Amino acid sequence: MTQLAIEEEHGHIVPYPTLIKVWATLAVLTFILTFISKVFHELLAVWAMLFITPLKACLVFYFFMHLKFEGPLLKTMVFVALSTLVIFIGMLFFDVSFR
Amino acid sequence: MSAMAAHALGDEPSYLEAGGRGLRSWILSTDHKRIAILYLVCMLSFFLVGATLGVLMRLEQLTMGPTIMQPQTYNAMFTVHGVIMIFLFVIPGLPAVFGNFFLPILIGAKDVAFPRLNLLSWYFFVTGAVLAVTSLFTGAGPPDTGWTFYVPYSIRTGTNVSLAVFAAFVLGFSSILTGINFVTTIHRLRAPGMGWHRMPLFPWSLYATGWVQILATPIIGITLLLVILERFFGIGVFDPAKGGDPLLYQHLFWIYSHPAVYIMILPAMGAITEIIPTFAHRTIFGYRAIAYSSVAIAALGSVVWGHHMFTSGMGEMANVVFSLLTFLVAIPSAIKVFNWVSTLHKGSIVVEPPMLYALTFIFLFSIGGLTGLMQGALAVNVHLHDTYFIVGHFHYVMFGGTGFAFFASLLYWFPKMFGKMYNRRVATLAWFPMFIGFNMLYFTMLVLGVMGMPRRYYDHLPQFHTAHVVATVGSWFLVAGLLILLGNFVVALFRGRKAEANPWGGVSLEWTISSPPPMENFEQVPTIAGPPYHFNPVAHR
Amino acid sequence: MSSAIPQPHTLPSAAHHDYAGSKIAMWLFLFSEICLFGGLFLLYSAYRAKYPHEFHDAGNELNFVIGVINTLVLLTSSLSMAASITALQKGSRRLAMLLVGVTVVLGAVFLVNKYFEWMAKFHHGLYPNGPELLKRPPGEILFFGLYFTMTGLHGLHVIAGMVVLSFMLALMARNRIRQDDYGKLENAGLYWHLVDVIWIFLLNLFYLAA
Repeated sequence: MTQLAIEEEHGHIVPYPTLIKVWATLAVLTFILTFISKVFHELLAVWAMLFITPLKACLVFYFFMHLKFEGPLLKTMVFVALSTLVIFIGMLFFDVSFR
Repeated sequence: MSAMAAHALGDEPSYLEAGGRGLRSWILSTDHKRIAILYLVCMLSFFLVGATLGVLMRLEQLTMGPTIMQPQTYNAMFTVHGVIMIFLFVIPGLPAVFGNFFLPILIGAKDVAFPRLNLLSWYFFVTGAVLAVTSLFTGAGPPDTGWTFYVPYSIRTGTNVSLAVFAAFVLGFSSILTGINFVTTIHRLRAPGMGWHRMPLFPWSLYATGWVQILATPIIGITLLLVILERFFGIGVFDPAKGGDPLLYQHLFWIYSHPAVYIMILPAMGAITEIIPTFAHRTIFGYRAIAYSSVAIAALGSVVWGHHMFTSGMGEMANVVFSLLTFLVAIPSAIKVFNWVSTLHKGSIVVEPPMLYALTFIFLFSIGGLTGLMQGALAVNVHLHDTYFIVGHFHYVMFGGTGFAFFASLLYWFPKMFGKMYNRRVATLAWFPMFIGFNMLYFTMLVLGVMGMPRRYYDHLPQFHTAHVVATVGSWFLVAGLLILLGNFVVALFRGRKAEANPWGGVSLEWTISSPPPMENFEQVPTIAGPPYHFNPVAHR
Repeated sequence: MSSAIPQPHTLPSAAHHDYAGSKIAMWLFLFSEICLFGGLFLLYSAYRAKYPHEFHDAGNELNFVIGVINTLVLLTSSLSMAASITALQKGSRRLAMLLVGVTVVLGAVFLVNKYFEWMAKFHHGLYPNGPELLKRPPGEILFFGLYFTMTGLHGLHVIAGMVVLSFMLALMARNRIRQDDYGKLENAGLYWHLVDVIWIFLLNLFYLAA
């Protein structure tokens, strides 16, 4: 059966090479992050974390959890849930930062 | 419509017969209607227990000094009263009973998306309830921390906090799973032709509520878990001696418990929105405004939790931000009130019992909402926080609001659920002592609070005495009315007249099927051709 | 028009699975898990802001090598999990089962590492209310309190995930999860990936933030 025929019958398939590439990227990002936080000063480490960690999470969500290939409904729901948590923590800092 | 009604009124046995009649067939049933009844029976029982505790507390306040109990008992009473009423009655509230029973029917479905998960939700509810009751009688006695379990006292007190808090944790699962079930049901099981803007407004409110249940409940879950961990292992997150900050407990607690009050009120508002058009014989005014304001209340209501903490030691910045947001969240609530009142305008109003209690809801909830706004003002809050004003406020919204909406819904949907009609005159009669008693009890509390009477105090000073007596007598009238109202239902179950399919002239889907409904609700899945609340014009006399 | 003969009361049959609905429900459940850990992330962020130096010092006491190894273990387990779905979709049932098995084994490896880490800390008196910990400044006490709570809760979820995946293996063996009906495995996979994502954040908070 052709790939397209399989997908029509069994849903979208993420090919093995894609999965392995994502995995490799995640591993490399982990090493980069570790390197930066151990070798460089704290401020750079914090910025690296703030960018690289969400990127890693995105890769897992998008490829391993198939979110890239889902419809707008699921993507919106994920966005709502994550934003809610971010807003809770953000609002908390109205108190914590200014006390 | 009548042809459709005739078609649906087949000779099918109702859900009360089909599927068995013994106890096993009920507690193993995955039928959403049976699960709703299971919740109803449990919840009304707990409500009566909670109400009894309330009556006893009021009896204690009938005289200065000890009346019928000692201070420790009083502390346990207001704690358990709160835990039972909030976690076992008001939060499960309308979703567990009327949401379970009517959500599938209102959207033209045969059941919820996950019927077995639904039954599991009820099992979690019962387990949590049993654990909560057990905490009263084991260990060093019932918790005395208030239902809010504030640290550091909840960590240090010897009473049975861990078990009570674990019970609430288990109950949280019930709420989360119900939220997941309802949100998925609304996305996936709407009848053909029922786009989002043709869906009735009770399901809209259940949708918004479901999201709050899913996102907010886990936060209290982890908070309660941390209390248990603190008590057993001394982690230190809330212990100042170890660097912990007790205020963070309050943040975590209220991040759930404020949205929780929207879990309590949104479905209540949704049910009222079903009732009013029927008895005004007019379509709802501002369908989209009501639908979207439900979502807005859920969203805005999730960022106002700090208004419970104005006097706790938060920084000024936080105080101002939370106060502003609290004022904003009143706007969508007010929009709903305006829409309900506008629906009445030029309507053909019939004040049957459901309508009477629904109108009372609008009045009592408005008082509750306005007193909430008063508390949201920072300078005023300094004087009102932890006084009887707060107690009055939340009873107006939770009891006058959700409670009365619950009764209105029961009055509206009882004939459909059980196929029996209750005595309408008795139901109307019950209203008088209830309304008078309610206001005697809770309006007096508002006055007491402004005068300076603190809450959770076992005793009171002479200047508060008269008001306390008035409140206690009010509680007797209220309870008398409640017993009449509920007793009327019980009598109707056994001796009520058989109810028709559509006793009130409603136009939503539940009135097109028999009373009580058949097991799978609809013989054929209905196709929806137009917007909800479409009434034929009534010829004016 | 009403039928005179009562219809048989069939419960919704398994043939009427709603694949998309189950997926939505699983994601909604994941949101509740995100918020469960979210409360702990909230506490961490508040205390980190309050005790930056103590968190830095205490973080140095954790072995970041084990942290990174564990991260790679979980990342690889996510790979095997995702690959098992691909395998099943392509009809390679045995490969799919093998990959799920690999995922479970990697989860066990993670837990074993965690066990040794925790034991090392306990051995040094560094546990909640432990003698050595109580001598430390408050910020460090909180760091370790949060460390044990968050990695502990995460570990419980790893165990739960392993149990669920083992159950999925059993269903695959009995052909109840198949090339044309793999929603359950996908949903179990979603759970496992979330456990991985949470660890990705925990790595930073405790091992790298030092």
